[in-house]
Amino acid sequence: MCQLIDLPRDTDATIREVVARSANDPIAVRLAELGFVQGEPVRVVAKGPVGGDPLLVQIGYTRFALRRAEAARVVVQAAAA
Amino acid sequence: MSNDATLAAAPLSIALVGNPNCGKTALFNRLTGSRQKVANYAGVTVERKEGRFLAPSGRPVRVLDLPGAYSLQPTSADEAITRDVCLGRHAVEKTPDLLVCVADATNLRLHLRFVLELMAVGRPMLLALNMSDAAARRGIVIDREKLARELGIPIVSTVAVQRNGVRELVARIDAEPPAPPAPPPANLHAEVRRLLADCVRMPRHTAAIDDALDRLVLHPVWGLAILGVLMFAMFQAVFTGARPFMDGIGSVMQGLGDWLGAILPAGPLRSLVQDGIVAGAGTVITFLPQILLLFLFILVLEESGYLPRAAFLLDRLMVGAGLTGRSFIPLLSSFACAVPGIMATRTISDRRDRLATILVAPLMTCSARLPVYTLLIAAFVAERKVWGVLSLQGLVLFGLYAAGIVSALAVSFGMKLWRHRRGREVEEHALLLELPSYRVPHVYDVAIGLWERAWIFLRRVGTVILSLTVVLWLLSSFPAPPPGFAGPAIDYSFAGRIGHALQHLFAPIGFNWQICVALIPGLAAREVAVSSLATVYALSAPAEEAANQLQPLIAAQWPLATALSLLAWYVYAPQCLSTLAVIRRETNSVRTVAVAAGYLFGLAYLASLITYQIASALA
Repeated sequence: MCQLIDLPRDTDATIREVVARSANDPIAVRLAELGFVQGEPVRVVAKGPVGGDPLLVQIGYTRFALRRAEAARVVVQAAAA
Repeated sequence: MSNDATLAAAPLSIALVGNPNCGKTALFNRLTGSRQKVANYAGVTVERKEGRFLAPSGRPVRVLDLPGAYSLQPTSADEAITRDVCLGRHAVEKTPDLLVCVADATNLRLHLRFVLELMAVGRPMLLALNMSDAAARRGIVIDREKLARELGIPIVSTVAVQRNGVRELVARIDAEPPAPPAPPPANLHAEVRRLLADCVRMPRHTAAIDDALDRLVLHPVWGLAILGVLMFAMFQAVFTGARPFMDGIGSVMQGLGDWLGAILPAGPLRSLVQDGIVAGAGTVITFLPQILLLFLFILVLEESGYLPRAAFLLDRLMVGAGLTGRSFIPLLSSFACAVPGIMATRTISDRRDRLATILVAPLMTCSARLPVYTLLIAAFVAERKVWGVLSLQGLVLFGLYAAGIVSALAVSFGMKLWRHRRGREVEEHALLLELPSYRVPHVYDVAIGLWERAWIFLRRVGTVILSLTVVLWLLSSFPAPPPGFAGPAIDYSFAGRIGHALQHLFAPIGFNWQICVALIPGLAAREVAVSSLATVYALSAPAEEAANQLQPLIAAQWPLATALSLLAWYVYAPQCLSTLAVIRRETNSVRTVAVAAGYLFGLAYLASLITYQIASALA
């Protein structure tokens, strides 16, 4: 189990949970709506040129650019090698 | 029961609703063509797009293109409008008779969730599976009948980019309205997965071409290189490609002015028409080719799906400077004209990011600055080559562009520090940007997009520039000098007196009285400064020749320090009332306009002061 920001590139993983930063975290809510839910396949496709920020994340069939701060809310389980 | 004739006459109102990037806009264009009306929703700066078409039965249909939304829990003003209209909560907008949910058939995993959420609203709706041609090509097989049964709403396939691609949709809209669906189960994501497992076969997670292209386009080194090359190519094309059109329009305007001059009797009316109206309108129209060419590039990049990639590459840099990757498109558009650029900031959902982008957009070197730059560079910078290859004049021009960009980043960084200092940086800014599949830009949609922007430019900028040019013509022509007055007529007028008075203020930055007088008409728009200078130096030549005649005149009469100071002034000075007017409109705040005008004039004065004092000292 690790955070999405620590997932190496092109490694298949599944979402475990999205941790809200505060009681009413709109970003966590939006992440869940966009498909960051338990069991969904996820992969880091690319990292930004400076500091690996933002991350290009493939969730299900869609690609989203997430800043590290946003992606830090997501806990994943890397698929067995 | 009402009879068929009445039914056929009563317009049906439908709303297109869906996630961003579902192809809703292309579908809207295909349904309504050019019969669109673009305005604002009451009280907010959210774009309202409405169009009409005639159904086969003869019934008129009104189509509202709602802003794209990921859910009915809004995170931006756009999404709030969509929620309000769908729920029937909007104060002004009537609830539509039929909701047309548009989903990307290649990505039902994401799009279907919102469809389910909308079903909970309990209004008549149908589902349009858009981009069904792309889905078929990728081997995605959707059992439409089964899905329609499970959802409880009718489903049609559409291909918005094909001429006949919306026939099924139009036929279904024309038929009896469907019954409202039953509400969906509570766990939407689980329900979407169940439906996909039952009704859809997807061979691959993404198109192979998207993977391949993104590997290159988002590469830390190659990606940035590609971005650099694209930007360079764009500016090259705009500089050289637009020239023949601009010259052509210039000649037409000149011919028009001459013809009117010939048929009108001498006197104030002729002067008003020639020097006021034709000159003012001519100025605006002459810029259209350059602006259209720049927007053509931006639209093609946008339609192809490239621009979110550029936002991805630049996000870290922009966040460091207090902006966001999403600022890239508005700031890029501001290189053509800040008016549509500032309007494009509507896509930035975060309020502070949006304000920061709006405040620095005027620093992007817009097309209107070019005539001033060209005149001064031609007069004062030698036609030498640096290192045998680069033209010195070209380098100076590039330097001016760079100064604008660097200043913008510095100003937004300053605003970021100021916000931190005041403890206002509490809430997090989010990016959460979807990178859609690459697509081949469609000529029809690009054309409509271009037409919209051209119309905005002509209407907004045209009315401001035209009315101001007339007002300033009045200031510059009255009172008329008595006969026997030596010197240019403008010297005697209101504008002249104001200019002379301003000279005391502008002496430290090296502006002589001619420049001060020319700055007054130059308030309408930056490029007017060239013809104003010509007027002040009492040249009676037509516009383009004015520059040619001015060039040796000012080269001989002005010290180099003055010319450099004027260049520095133009990098910053907000001498464009159209821009200030659109800032007022987009922020609903006169205070913001005052802040923008104030800081820009302040920077302009400071930059000119430093430039003039240093250049004078070195001379």
